[in-house]
Amino acid sequence: MSFTRKVAQLVLLEARLEWKNKQSITALLIYSLASIFVTYLAFQQTIDLTTWNSLFWLIMLFASTNAIAKSFLQDSKGLQLYYYSMLSPKHLILSKIIYNLILLSGLSLVNFFIFQLIFPISIDQTAQYLLSILLGSIGLSTVLTMVAGIVSKANNNAALLAILGFPLLFPLLSIIIQCSMNAINGFDWMVNQQLFIVLISLNLITVLLSYLLFPYLWRE
Amino acid sequence: MDSFYKNKIARAWWWKIIAIVCLVYTCYYGFIGEVPAMVVLHETIRNLYFHVTMWMAMMLLMLINAIYSIKYLSSLNRYHDIVAEESGKMAMVFAAAGLITGMVWANYTWGAPWTNDPQLNGTAATILMYAAYFILRNAIPDENKKAKVASVYAIFAFVMMFVFIMVIPKMYNSLHPGKGGNPGFNKYDLDSNMRMVFYPAVIGWCLLGTWLMSLKVRIRRIKEITEEN
Repeated sequence: MSFTRKVAQLVLLEARLEWKNKQSITALLIYSLASIFVTYLAFQQTIDLTTWNSLFWLIMLFASTNAIAKSFLQDSKGLQLYYYSMLSPKHLILSKIIYNLILLSGLSLVNFFIFQLIFPISIDQTAQYLLSILLGSIGLSTVLTMVAGIVSKANNNAALLAILGFPLLFPLLSIIIQCSMNAINGFDWMVNQQLFIVLISLNLITVLLSYLLFPYLWRE
Repeated sequence: MDSFYKNKIARAWWWKIIAIVCLVYTCYYGFIGEVPAMVVLHETIRNLYFHVTMWMAMMLLMLINAIYSIKYLSSLNRYHDIVAEESGKMAMVFAAAGLITGMVWANYTWGAPWTNDPQLNGTAATILMYAAYFILRNAIPDENKKAKVASVYAIFAFVMMFVFIMVIPKMYNSLHPGKGGNPGFNKYDLDSNMRMVFYPAVIGWCLLGTWLMSLKVRIRRIKEITEEN
């Protein structure tokens, strides 16, 4: 079987497992709804553009940490052994990253619309904002999936994911917040071009690193 | 483990002499030597020998940490992991020293010990990353598993750290001397007098960091031998 087909099948398997157990995806939605509502109560609708943007990404950060924390946790011991005998680790990490990417993009779009509903603001360059959401989801899913793999070898301590993951996400988040702020302020594509290129290359580096390093974690 | 005893450079004395000579020279000429008179900076420019050099030593130790993590993953030799761990610890010491010297300097030059500067944020992130590295190490009881997982994290963290403190600050203006139009010690105004002190200072502090690290590795080895017998 070709490489891409194998990865695609694993992504489908992951999605099916998730769908069978709908409560985790519902819990995720309610988690982000609840955090958005808490910010709504705290800020009482008086909110400027910078705060809007920062809050959006903070909520995304916590929601995605929550979403990805279980990505290696939920695999039972038996399933892990089965994976171990059947798969190469490279397929596994790529499929987990792609699945989490789809999950996070969906989640961030939902968050985006709810955020727009509760705190209506006008975004000048919606296409740019959506692109930065997509790139942000790629970065978040890659780094956090890899760190979740690391944490799964360290007794699956849930707090460890945040401790290990957040410092690695600082570069990504600082660029992405700048980038999406430019989109809100309606800067031209030319202004954001450099930031987008940096983001894409950062994402490429993280995907490549996870792809190369995950096999060492797998065979311990 | 035995490869450490074959490692002649760690036991050689010549580079330790160079370190001492460089540091004595730095401490003497760092305070006595001529410095150019510059606005804002004035005499605080001497911090170049004691603050910037700390970062250089820290970066060197982090590079050693990353290289030995890669070496561990390819060889599974425990000695490589010990070197990685000790160089990470020593890098934290130099990071703390660099942070303190920088904050004291910034308090007099910028008026505040901490500003929202890309380089400061990068430093804070780096320190958090390596603190997380040690938390990860302590979370895993099994020695081999610990070494493997920590090596993977260290390589990941090194690349991210590199992006954060080498690439991102280039994209924004910084308050640091020589950046964003501030007067500074870049190649145009770092005069030859200062260079005569700065380069030996870099060499001296880097060698001192490596020396301390190698001593700690040897202490670990002695402890292991005494525990075995």
